[in-house]
Amino acid sequence: MARIFKFGDGISTDAIIPGRYNVTTDPAALGKACFIEARPDFSATVQSGDVIVAGRNFGCGSSREHAPMAIKAAGVQAVVARSFARIFYRNATNIGLPVIQCDAIYDAVGDGDPVSIDIRSGGIDANGKMFQGETPGPVAVAIMEAGTLVDLIKTRGWAAIEEVS
Amino acid sequence: MGTLTEEIFSRRMGRPVHAGEIVVAPVDYAMAHDVTGPLAIEAFRKLDVPLWDPERVIMVFDHILPANTVASAGLHKIVRDFADEYGVTHVFQEGICHQLMVEKGFIRPGGIVVGADSHSTTYGALGCFSAGFGSTDIAVTFATGRTWFRIPETIRINLRGALPPGIFPKDLALKVIRMLGAEGANYLAVEWGGEAVAAMRVDERLTLANLTVDFGGKAGLCEPDEQTRLYLGDAAVVDLHPVGPEYRSVIEVDAEALQPQIACPPAIDNVQDLSVVEGTELDEVFVGSCANGRIEDLAIVADYFRGRQVSPRTRTIVVPASKAIYMEALARGYIQTFMEAGALVMNAGCGPCLGRQHGVLGPGERALSTSNRNYAGRMGSAQAEIYLANPAVAAASALAGMIADPRGIN
Ligand code: SF4
Repeated sequence: MARIFKFGDGISTDAIIPGRYNVTTDPAALGKACFIEARPDFSATVQSGDVIVAGRNFGCGSSREHAPMAIKAAGVQAVVARSFARIFYRNATNIGLPVIQCDAIYDAVGDGDPVSIDIRSGGIDANGKMFQGETPGPVAVAIMEAGTLVDLIKTRGWAAIEEVS
Repeated sequence: MGTLTEEIFSRRMGRPVHAGEIVVAPVDYAMAHDVTGPLAIEAFRKLDVPLWDPERVIMVFDHILPANTVASAGLHKIVRDFADEYGVTHVFQEGICHQLMVEKGFIRPGGIVVGADSHSTTYGALGCFSAGFGSTDIAVTFATGRTWFRIPETIRINLRGALPPGIFPKDLALKVIRMLGAEGANYLAVEWGGEAVAAMRVDERLTLANLTVDFGGKAGLCEPDEQTRLYLGDAAVVDLHPVGPEYRSVIEVDAEALQPQIACPPAIDNVQDLSVVEGTELDEVFVGSCANGRIEDLAIVADYFRGRQVSPRTRTIVVPASKAIYMEALARGYIQTFMEAGALVMNAGCGPCLGRQHGVLGPGERALSTSNRNYAGRMGSAQAEIYLANPAVAAASALAGMIADPRGIN
């Protein structure tokens, strides 16, 4: 079963992937360096489908898309946080890394707790308790349905977003 | 009608636009640099369409300049090959992207500009709506000339009174961050106003707009006025004001009561008065960045350094934000002053700000920087500490080898 990796408040993109490690566009290399200094055992212990649960302002700082790429490539299924920095939220959604805003879960779970998530509904089952993530905005939903922003624009153009605005 | 943001988007869309709405809007320019550019180019190639407009795409080599490893040279090559293939005309390697966007005349009041870098908020100082995005969003703009925006609500910040001697826009920005917290403006636009802003030159406003993203702001705008006209010339400046704006909140800050503010490790909102951290020993002082690497900042530092020596236990690194600033500093004798004082002067660009090239911090080291980010690991080792301050504090601290108050030094 998927497990939780718990992080605190204000996790910056510098913590997710320090500047010295994003000198590449290769997702696998980014995944290996994910949290390399903030939590050096992360990439070796995280397993496909695991979930990050974090505090406030996750992904603050630099706009580097290498950050959500690294998390996704490391195998993380979704990031659940009390709040997200705007650019990170948008970047993650654009590349198909699910991000769910949920306040209540934070104090109720710990590192290593079992978790399962229904990405579509934002429902999170952790430690036998249910939590409901906030509903994403209409553009995020449209992107999620297409997979990535590139897929959405390539198949449907801006009309896909103009329709929901 | 509305806030500066609503006014700008209403004009662009040709209809009244209000906070909360989602719009797909044409932009004036889209910028990417040597780190975000390669990912944007990869995403753009997946879209498999022509470039929207080779004259409105701006590429800057600044984060790692010149390339310092085979890997970074590879990134640069991706950008150069793309620029050649698509005929991108604006390719620069002469300073920090944000400084060049302003210097090269891409920024106009009332404009809308997007950049693949979080500090793209900087251009709001000229009354332009500008925001930072990731590479994929910018790739889509490269392809279509447009992007989508959720029109943000606005926090109005009124800076009251005149700045006392020895207090700078950096102190005001850090004070606001201290008050609002690191995500105080997340998803929101910020308008900077009040007497202190009205009295500021454009270079000083650039510092405020720059630091807006560091408390989460999507954009940080100043109303265009006489100062904007002085900087850009009359022809470039349109009439643009908030009209009957409804703000999310209005914050008043008294400039006159302010002490120098220091953002202490490891967070931008861990802000203290200078007196609390005075005497903290330093291994490195960095003067530069898109926050405070302009000629006026270098002038402040040169005034303190003239005829003095920086502390031998502290490496002091000065990086002008652009070639134009570097050359002006040469002409004014500042570069000689810096070198005579014992500082290292590096080529224009991001310098040590992001810990990837010259000036990297080792474990247990402590730096004071005029830049805008002090996260653990930002400038090197995650075990290094970074303090952020105004240029005068940086100068005094470089001389003393520890965090020092510039106000006692003549
Ligand atoms: S100077 Fe620092 S903050 Fe500014 S663009 Fe460069 S790396 Fe980013």
